[in-house]
Amino acid sequence: MKSLDRTGWITVGVMLLLGVLPPFFYWIGNEFYLLLATRLVILAIAAVSLNLILGYGGMASFGHAAFVGIGAYAMGIPVYHEFYGGFSAAASTNGLFQLALSVGLSALFALITGAISLRTRGVYFIMITMAFAQMVFYLFQSLDEYGGDDGLVIEMRSELPWINLDHPLQMYLLSFVSLVVAMGVVHMIVNSRFGMVLRGAKGNDERLVTLGFNTYLYRLTAYVIAGAICGFAGWLTANFSTFVSPSMMGWGRSGELMFMVILGGAATALGPVLGAAAFILIEEILSSFTVYWHLPFGLMLIGVVLFARGGLLGMLQGRGRGK
Amino acid sequence: MDTTLLFIQILNGVQLGLLLFLVASGLTLVFGILDFVNLAHGSIYMLGAFICASLTFLVGNFLIAVLLAVPITGVIGYLIERVLIRQLYARSHLDHVLATFGLILVIDTTVQIIWGPAGISVPLPDWLNGQTELFAGVVVPTFRLIIIAAGLAVAAGLFWLVNYTRLGMLIRAGASNSTMVSALGVDIKTLFSLVFALGAMLAGLAGMLISPITEASINMGGEVIITAFVVIIIGGIGSMKGAFVAAILVGLIDTLGRSFLDDVFALFMSQNAAETAAPAISAMLIYILMAVILALRPQGLFPPKVR
Repeated sequence: MKSLDRTGWITVGVMLLLGVLPPFFYWIGNEFYLLLATRLVILAIAAVSLNLILGYGGMASFGHAAFVGIGAYAMGIPVYHEFYGGFSAAASTNGLFQLALSVGLSALFALITGAISLRTRGVYFIMITMAFAQMVFYLFQSLDEYGGDDGLVIEMRSELPWINLDHPLQMYLLSFVSLVVAMGVVHMIVNSRFGMVLRGAKGNDERLVTLGFNTYLYRLTAYVIAGAICGFAGWLTANFSTFVSPSMMGWGRSGELMFMVILGGAATALGPVLGAAAFILIEEILSSFTVYWHLPFGLMLIGVVLFARGGLLGMLQGRGRGK
Repeated sequence: MDTTLLFIQILNGVQLGLLLFLVASGLTLVFGILDFVNLAHGSIYMLGAFICASLTFLVGNFLIAVLLAVPITGVIGYLIERVLIRQLYARSHLDHVLATFGLILVIDTTVQIIWGPAGISVPLPDWLNGQTELFAGVVVPTFRLIIIAAGLAVAAGLFWLVNYTRLGMLIRAGASNSTMVSALGVDIKTLFSLVFALGAMLAGLAGMLISPITEASINMGGEVIITAFVVIIIGGIGSMKGAFVAAILVGLIDTLGRSFLDDVFALFMSQNAAETAAPAISAMLIYILMAVILALRPQGLFPPKVR
């Protein structure tokens, strides 16, 4: 294994802290920080998946929260039918079945919408991904059987072999390990031949096309992978909060995910995690002062765009390293 | 199908379409000329509605309130451009989106602090509040006719402004090649500010016109901006003609889908299944339309010739 550079060490250090600190807080009887960290880690998985397409692939999706929602509903709806009957083919509390449904449906939605959206570029792509996500939002809002606008309370967490998701520490550890795996998968993808083409197409699409690559297919594949990972994050979210509602996939949520990636540092392994951590901290701190915490948060967002290029990781790396 | 009901719903569809055009025209104008993606356009629409609501209570007349609120919205748009938007022209579209997303949070929360979280209903003067019998048996609310008339008038005014005035000529020239226009001695920065303010006024006007029907509420901006995006994507971003055609199309399809889709479905499935499926499908109808059009024409119906 090649030796780690400075960024690598920062990444390992932060991830070790994230793996050890929250269980420690739980151990000394402070469950609140464990729950906060669980939310952080799940958000980070969604942000890591967005980073694959936004950071490395240059596809600015403004509809990424739709995958969280689809993944979460794909976990909640089988439980709903198990408890209240109707549509018995989908009724199940089996976690592996729900997981397959969450990941599969998210990937399918990514395939269909990606095939259409990726025919376009730039600002069209931003708006179309946003519109498709809003379509799913309105779809679930109109489905009265699953609670419509009010959302769906999930009666029971997924049943998995060996793991009990009702136990907060096990829930956290599963989420944390999932984050590490997701980061590993994305790392492997971007450093593979596939990832080279993806990053190359971000820099200069024409060059890659001239070299004979069908960049559309590369982009679409990355888009589907990102959707699947994010659907997994949705499955975790549903299990964590035992509640799912259309507001989970509103465009505000998609904007927040984008903010996390950009704030943390796009196209870096650790960036999305730092961004998610910063977002959770900002939200916790600001909302403890005022119910109007979105006002300073919005100003902060504008400030980040105007002044902080390269994100938090860029700052940690020191001057001149961030791009 | 009841023809009277169909006629009334078509009228409602046109009315929605014209309001969408007012919002979408500002978006497409700003994008076409300034190459700027303004996510916060919907918030200006909402702000216009709230300012108009307060003025209606202050001066006691809705029409005077609109006449006052439109220039106020324009000034606010001008200031936003001077303070923030101007810094972002050289940046990527992604930066535009993120910064204006922040701007949305700022505007929406400010509105919430000033006016409170609940919506405000806006009273109409009596002569606007009644019904008008268009012809035998067809009675429609007078105010909806006023909205249609106002929408058509503004659309016509906008076409005249862009195509037949000196300012419009500069706007079109700026859209083709802003560097050249500026080299010819035109103060391009002021022109850009004016265009942005014009877009803000159009969006604000749309918000004011809809507020007596729905009410002024915080969420109205977020709801309209996505639909406006769908409109300009379908029409072709930057095209005024495309925005108009697409806005009417989206307005009609959305309205008619919501009212008649269950009847259409009932023709080939059970009444029960139709009543379950129709609301879900009609909520997605305009997005399906967008997907189909994009699959056929990725640049929209009327792609602008330049750029």
